[in-house]
Amino acid sequence: MNLNATIIGQIIAFFLFAWFCSAFVWPPIVKALADRQKKIADGLEAASRAGKDLELAQERATELLRDAKTNAAGIIDQANKRANQIIDEAKEKARDEGQRIKAGAQAEIEQQVSQAREQLRQQVASLAVAGAEKILQSSVDAKAHSDLLNKLAASL
Amino acid sequence: MAEAAQAAEAAEASAADEAALTTGTEAGEHGADHAEAAQYATGGEYIGHHLGFLTYGKLPDGHWGFAHTEEEAADMGFWSVHVDTMAISVILGLFFLGVFLSVSRKVTSGVPGGLQNFVELLVEFVQSNVNTTFHGKNDFIAPLALTIFCWIFLMNLLDLVPVDLIPLAVQTAAQDPHIFFKAVPTTDVNITAGLSISVFLLILYYSVKVKGLGGFLGELAFQPFGKWALPLNLVMELPAFLAKPVSLALRLFGNLFAGEVIFLIIALLGYWQAFLHVPWAIFHLLVIPLQAYLFMMLTIVYLNQAHQHH
Repeated sequence: MNLNATIIGQIIAFFLFAWFCSAFVWPPIVKALADRQKKIADGLEAASRAGKDLELAQERATELLRDAKTNAAGIIDQANKRANQIIDEAKEKARDEGQRIKAGAQAEIEQQVSQAREQLRQQVASLAVAGAEKILQSSVDAKAHSDLLNKLAASL
Repeated sequence: MAEAAQAAEAAEASAADEAALTTGTEAGEHGADHAEAAQYATGGEYIGHHLGFLTYGKLPDGHWGFAHTEEEAADMGFWSVHVDTMAISVILGLFFLGVFLSVSRKVTSGVPGGLQNFVELLVEFVQSNVNTTFHGKNDFIAPLALTIFCWIFLMNLLDLVPVDLIPLAVQTAAQDPHIFFKAVPTTDVNITAGLSISVFLLILYYSVKVKGLGGFLGELAFQPFGKWALPLNLVMELPAFLAKPVSLALRLFGNLFAGEVIFLIIALLGYWQAFLHVPWAIFHLLVIPLQAYLFMMLTIVYLNQAHQHH
């Protein structure tokens, strides 16, 4: 176990190797490691950002859905109201129409009644004359008694 | 007559010993051939030879060359080099840098392939350790820690290669069965000391750079008892400071050297070695990464201290 110049050789070799390692070997490997670490960190960050985006989108979707629902409910309400209105209007119209028809019919009936009455009135004179002729057994001057007969007819 | 019988018995016993030793060394995991395995007269010699280094330096005759014996290697003094551990240490360092460089050339921040996955695992492991332990601002610490961890781990890992395999391959290649060759660099105190002294130099450099020379020396001299107890402070702080590189080097060396010696002793046991070899190798599987991790973590801790103001 004698100490000799091997120590000096080993010291020289040591510093050469350590320098070479720190100059050419270490930096590229460590840089690659750091790059990969950054890549992974970026990926994770992007993933978490995407998750947050998804959450926001879901929130927005539910909001939209809620809005749509309230809108739809409003529209249905309006439609119902409008339908009721239309029905009411139709009812009104129908009632008016019915009344109009009824009034027309009434007027026609009245007209026909007065017509029949007129006809009856016209015939009453001749009937009365014929009756009186029968009663008197004589011919009565129709012209002479027409005023009287007209008065009778008018009283009917 | 009785004397003759005794002598015959002794001769027989020594022959049996020799035979046992022969099978023992032959049964080393490498399957050495009989002639080479028989070169060691005793188990001690077998272990001793495996603990020797392939040393290059100035020989006694004045020429430069490889030492043939351990005494020759020791006589070379400081200006000699353990060619075996030095070369394997450099080869393993280059292997580590080659693999990591090939990955960093075509690294992608997309889905990583198999080798990139493995490299990223190590890089992230080191980075997380540095981030939790080192609180200064210095981009050199993390790659330094990665280099230390991977390099020491690879050097320790050679401890699991069967103890005779690499030396035998070298001896066969060199066609010299007596050549010394030590395969595990971290069982050489010169290698671990080289590493820890490098770390110590970095501690000194960053201490002075961050705190200034005055601040650094002030920390040694004026703490923990204030400036009036300066000698006492120095007595307390200096050994603690200087112990850092010594403990770093000796911890790594001691663990791996002890493991290696036990592997060598187990290799002497003949066919029975498998029953001990496997448990010890499994235990060593824990020691190998643990020591690499410890060296890395202590380096980070020491350099963190160098960056902190007290």
